[in-house]
Amino acid sequence: MDYFDPHIHMVSRTTDDYEILAKMGCVGMSEPAFWAGFDRGSVDSFRDYFHQLTDFEPQRAAQYGIQHFTWLCINAKEAENVELSREVIAMIPEFLDRPNVLGIGEIGLNKNTKNESTIFLEHMELAIQYNQQILIHTPHLEDKYQGTRMILDMLTADSRIDPTRVLVDHVEEHTAAEVLDRGFWAGMTLYPITKCTPQRAVDIIEMCGGERLLVNSAGDWGPSKPTAVPDLILEMRRREHSEDLIRKVVYDNPLEFFSQSENFNFQPRD
Amino acid sequence: MSIPMNSQQVLDREYLEIRGKILEVAASLDRLERAAGDVAQDPRMTLIQQGLQIALQSNDAQGDSRAKQIQLLFSREYADSWRKEFEL
Ligand SMILES: [Zn+2]
Repeated sequence: MDYFDPHIHMVSRTTDDYEILAKMGCVGMSEPAFWAGFDRGSVDSFRDYFHQLTDFEPQRAAQYGIQHFTWLCINAKEAENVELSREVIAMIPEFLDRPNVLGIGEIGLNKNTKNESTIFLEHMELAIQYNQQILIHTPHLEDKYQGTRMILDMLTADSRIDPTRVLVDHVEEHTAAEVLDRGFWAGMTLYPITKCTPQRAVDIIEMCGGERLLVNSAGDWGPSKPTAVPDLILEMRRREHSEDLIRKVVYDNPLEFFSQSENFNFQPRD
Repeated sequence: MSIPMNSQQVLDREYLEIRGKILEVAASLDRLERAAGDVAQDPRMTLIQQGLQIALQSNDAQGDSRAKQIQLLFSREYADSWRKEFEL
């Protein structure tokens, strides 16, 4: 089955991974800007990273028939440095016209601090100003519930935010329903250690239904599995779910959400 | 949304997995007990015990699943006054 991975960090993966993903049915992906595993020292470091996301990575993906899209921001972890964050936010518009840029992301919270919240609000303002979609990172483990509520507070307090153009990622059992109830799209991240297993993700699909729900691997430089979406497809088949529902979650939903972005020029396979 | 498999099928499929997971937890707790020192006062031990208790109950009065209740147990609290505190 053709599928789309809406959240995967290919800059951290090898070309062999592109080949494996293509063989497993991956036809498109979106790569949000994120933390590189170390704090970057200057705005030029981010400029180079954004070049990589908008030039090099789509070319590498195209060699395997995968269409690559991206989102730009300074991530929540580095947002603790407010001065650097403001420099990066001021530089982002240089890249918003690149053909594979879908919006601002993954912005969010990490430890739910005042600085992170300040920079989240400034990213929101940037997205509103340039009419961009937003992709959101919610914190992990004990910080997730509090951080997700804080993020939803900031989004819903601003009437200029259209929830149908915002994807809130890394939802789990205690956050999925609230995100969906408030009209946002929700993404589940299948991550081997700290996040959701394919089994639990299918439980959430069964409990919340398939509307506005996406599933991703968030494959990155840490322990992660870029082929996690096919794992979910297999789990849904083992539980005898219909091919229609499976396709909705791993293909139709991402396409429907991303189609709201002007730059989403995805070409389905014949 | 309805689930295609019935409870008998789910049990047949998951019995050995559940058994294996219970054993893993039991062996971890044994390991803690065998190791030198004492962590009984560590607040994480209380959370582990409370988590195990939730797993033995059924859904709570609000209809929250065990998984959701355990997630909330291991979560920091949210207070809607946070924006005031941060002056944002
Ligand atoms: Zn990510």
